[in-house]
Amino acid sequence: MDAPVHTPGTAAAVHHRRTPGALRVLSWHLAAYRRLWKVNVLASFGQPLLYLLGLGVGVGALVDKNTGSSEVLGSSSYVAFVVPGLLVTTAMALAAGESMWPVMGGLKWHRGYHGIAATPLEARDIVLGHGAWMAVRCGLATGAVAVVLAVFPDTRSWGLAPSVLVSMLVGVSFAMPIMAFSVGSEYDGAFAGIQRFVIIPLFLFGGAFYPLSQLPAAVQWVAKVAPLWHGVVVARGFTSGNVDWTGVAGHLSFVALWAVAGTAITIRRLRGKLYP
Amino acid sequence: MAEPLIVARQLVKRFGEFTAVDGIDVEVQPGEAFGFLGPNGAGKSSTMRMIGCVSPVTSGTLRLFGMDPATHGSQIRARIGVVPQLDTLDVEMSVQENLWIYGRFFDLPRAEAKRRAAELLEFAQLTDRAGSVVENLSGGMKRRLSIARSLINNPELLLLDEPTTGLDPQARHVLWDRLYRLKQQGVTLVLTTHYMDEAEQLCDRLVVMDQGRIVAEGSPRDLIERYSTREVLELRFSAGTNSDSITGVHGIGDRQELLPDRVLVYAHDGEAALAEAHARGLQPESALVRRASLEDVFLLLTGRSLAD
Amino acid sequence: MSTNFLRIVPTAYATDSFRVRRPQRMIERHLVAYRRQWLIVVSGFFEPLFYLLSMRAGLGDLVGSVSVGGKAVPYDAFVAPALMASSAMNGAIFDSTGNVLHRLKYARIYDAALATPMGPADVALGEIGWALIRGQLYACSFLGVMAALGLVQSWWSLLALPACALIGLAFASVGFAGTTFMRSWSDMDIVTTAMMPLFLFSATFFPTSSYGSWAWVVQISPLYHGVALVRSANAGVWTTSILAHIAVLVGLSAVALFVAARRLDSLLRK
Ligand SMILES: Nc1ncnc2c1ncn2[C@@H]1O[C@H](COP(=O)(O)OP(=O)(O)OP(=O)(O)O)[C@@H](O)[C@H]1O
Ligand SMILES: [Mg+2]
Repeated sequence: MDAPVHTPGTAAAVHHRRTPGALRVLSWHLAAYRRLWKVNVLASFGQPLLYLLGLGVGVGALVDKNTGSSEVLGSSSYVAFVVPGLLVTTAMALAAGESMWPVMGGLKWHRGYHGIAATPLEARDIVLGHGAWMAVRCGLATGAVAVVLAVFPDTRSWGLAPSVLVSMLVGVSFAMPIMAFSVGSEYDGAFAGIQRFVIIPLFLFGGAFYPLSQLPAAVQWVAKVAPLWHGVVVARGFTSGNVDWTGVAGHLSFVALWAVAGTAITIRRLRGKLYP
Repeated sequence: MAEPLIVARQLVKRFGEFTAVDGIDVEVQPGEAFGFLGPNGAGKSSTMRMIGCVSPVTSGTLRLFGMDPATHGSQIRARIGVVPQLDTLDVEMSVQENLWIYGRFFDLPRAEAKRRAAELLEFAQLTDRAGSVVENLSGGMKRRLSIARSLINNPELLLLDEPTTGLDPQARHVLWDRLYRLKQQGVTLVLTTHYMDEAEQLCDRLVVMDQGRIVAEGSPRDLIERYSTREVLELRFSAGTNSDSITGVHGIGDRQELLPDRVLVYAHDGEAALAEAHARGLQPESALVRRASLEDVFLLLTGRSLAD
Repeated sequence: MSTNFLRIVPTAYATDSFRVRRPQRMIERHLVAYRRQWLIVVSGFFEPLFYLLSMRAGLGDLVGSVSVGGKAVPYDAFVAPALMASSAMNGAIFDSTGNVLHRLKYARIYDAALATPMGPADVALGEIGWALIRGQLYACSFLGVMAALGLVQSWWSLLALPACALIGLAFASVGFAGTTFMRSWSDMDIVTTAMMPLFLFSATFFPTSSYGSWAWVVQISPLYHGVALVRSANAGVWTTSILAHIAVLVGLSAVALFVAARRLDSLLRK
C-alpha cells in the first residue's frame, strides 16, 4: 500500500482563511442533513399540516358551529386562530428533539463534537453552530408549512412571513437551554421525560389551540414562563393583523432571553466536557 | 469408543448464492477439546452457529447428542453453552442480573439461577462488579461475563467462538486454566481462535478451514510435523524489497514463503539456512531462527505460497 | 407447555421454531430491566392524561357538545374514550417498534435468548405479551381518571379494558411485524408519520359525521374500530356493528402475528 500524499507545512496557509467557526459547524450539519432530508422534511412538514387538518379543520367545524366561540377566540375562524400556534409549536418540537439525542450523539455516541474539537474550532463555535442550524431547520420546516397555508384563502395572510421568523426565534429559545441540559446529562433516559413533561404539556397548554385564559390561573403562569406562549401571541398578532408593537418587543425580548441564557450556559458546560 | 457427541457429514451452509461452509465432515468425541482454525471469513462462526442450533443447516447432516437440530433444537440448546463471537450481553442490566436472567431462559428455578450466578461471578472474577450495569464494563470484563454466562446451565458441551479476543494476557491464562478444569470435569469444548498458542494449549484436535472447506485435521503436534519443518528462519529486508529478495533465497531450506513484512525459510536446520543466505550475499535487516509452530502450518495451508 | 398453535408456517427447516415454550421468561427479563427505568414506564401514562385535561379545560367550552347518534355529549366525554383507545395504540406501537428494533438489531437480546432453549415464538409472544401488560396498566389508570372526572357512565365501562387489550394486541402485532422489516433507526420516522393520521382521523376528536360523504375513509383506520369499541363500552350502547369492529381487529392481529413470527424466524436464524 502506498502512503497517502502528504505535504507537511501547508496547514499554516489554510489558517489564514477566516470563515467564522459557527458557519463551519453549520456547514457540517448541512452536509450530514443532505443524506436525511427527504424523510425529515416529510415528517417535520407533514405533521403540522395533519394537525391543521385534524384539529384546525375538524375540531374547528365543531367550534365555529358553537355560537359565542368566536368572541373568546377573537378571530374569524378557529383555523385562523390555530395557524400561528401550529407554526410556533412545530418549531418548538423540532428544535427540542434535535437538541437532545443528536447532541448526546455528538458527545457520546458518534462523538462528532470531539472530532470538531480536535480542529481549530472550539466549544463556542459548536454551540453557536448548533443554534444557527436550529434556526435554519425551523425556518425550513415552518416556511414550508407557511407556503402551503398561503395557498388557501382561509389561512392566507402576510403575517405568515414574520410568523416564520418568530418561529425560528422560538425554536432557538428551546434549542439552547435543552442543549445545555443534554450536554450536562450522562444518559439519554431523561430525554423522554423532557418530551413528556415539558414539550407535550406546552404543546397542549401553551396557548396554541385555545386562549390561555381558558385555563386556571396557576397553569397560565407556568405556561407564561416558557417562551412558547410569547411566540404564539406575537405570531397570532401578525396573522390576524392586530400588531401591538410594544407587546411584540416585550414578548420577543423575553424569548431572546431564553436563547441567550441557554447559549451562555451551554458554552460553559460544553467547554468542560470537551476539554476536561 | 463412545458415541461421538457431534457428528457432521457433508455439512453445507449457504447465504443466498454464497457458500460459507462447503461440505465439511467433523466428529467430536465427548470430553474432547476441538478447535476450528482459519482465516477471516473461512466459515468458522457459520459452522459454530449451526452447531449451536441457531442457524439452519442448508444441506448435509448434523447430529448433537444423537439429535437433529432441525427437530430438537431446543432440547440440544438446553445442554450446551455458547459464547458467540460478538457479545450478546444485556447492556441495560447489571452483571448479576445478566447471569440469572439468562439462567431463567433455561428454566432454572429462580433460587438456583441466583446461586449459580454467584458462583459464576467468582469464576469470572467479577464479584466486586456484580451490581455494575454491563454498559460500563471494560471490553475484557464483558468477554469474561459472556463466558461465565455460557456456563449457567452446567452445559455438557461448550461452544466458544474466539473466546479470548480482547482479553489481557493475564485474563487469557486464567481462562485457559478454567477451560482446562472444565475439560477435566468432562465438559466437551469446541472453540475457534486466531491465537495459535491458544490452539496449541487447549485443543486435543483441530481442523484448519479455508473458504468453507477443511484443509487439514489432526492434533497440533501432528499438524506441525506433517506440514512444517523443524525450524523456521525469518528474514526481514528493508521496506519494499521483500518481494525481490524471495528470489535470492530460492533453494535454501525446504520451502520459502513471502509475507507482507518478511520472508520465511522452512528448514530442518535454521542456522545452516541463515549461513547459506549470508554466503549468497543477502543482507537482511534482521534474521531470526525459531522452532516451527502452528502459525507456520496455518500460513502454509491458508496463505499463498510462492516458492516450490 | 408445548402448544403448537403458532406453528402456522410450513417451513422445511427448524420445525421447532414455532413451538411456544416459555414466552413469560421474556416478560420476566423486561420486568428486571425496567426496574431501572420505571420512570419511563410511569411517564407513558401522562401523555393521554394531558390531552384529556387540555381538551376538557380548553376546548370543552369552545366546542360545547357533540351530537353522537342524535344524542348531545359533552366534548370531554366524547374525547375521553377515544384518547383511551389511542393511548392503547400508542403504548403497543412504541413497545413493539422502537424497543423491539433496539433489542433485535442493537442490544441483540433475542440472539442471546435463542442460544437457550427459547425459540422465536417465545420471543414474539413474550414481546407482544409485555406490550399488552403495559398497555393494560395505562388503560386501567386512564379509566380511573375518567371515573374521577365523572366521565364514566356505567359499569359497562369496564369492558373498555378488554377492548383496549384487543387494540393493544392488534397494534403490537402490526408494530412487531413492521419492525422486522426495518433497516435502521431512521425507519422509525415512518412509524411516527403513520401514527399521526391514525391518531387524528379515527373519529378521535370529532365524529364521523363531520366527514360528510368521506366518512367511509375513516373506516380504513384500524384505530377507528378500536375507538368505536371503547366508545360503545363507555356509553353502554351495544349494536351489531360491534362484531364487525372486533372482527377487523382480530383479523388484523392474526395476519400481523403470522408475518411477525415468520419474519422473526428468518431474521434470527440465519
Ligand atoms: N448472515 C450472513 N449473511 C450473508 N453472509 C454471511 C452471513 N454470515 C456470514 N456470512 C459470510 O460467510 C462467510 C463466513 O463467515 P464466518 O463468520 O463463518 O467466518 P469466520 O471464519 O468466523 O471468520 P472470522 O475469523 O472473521 O470470524 C463470510 O464470507 C461472511 O461474509
Ligand atoms: Mg467468526
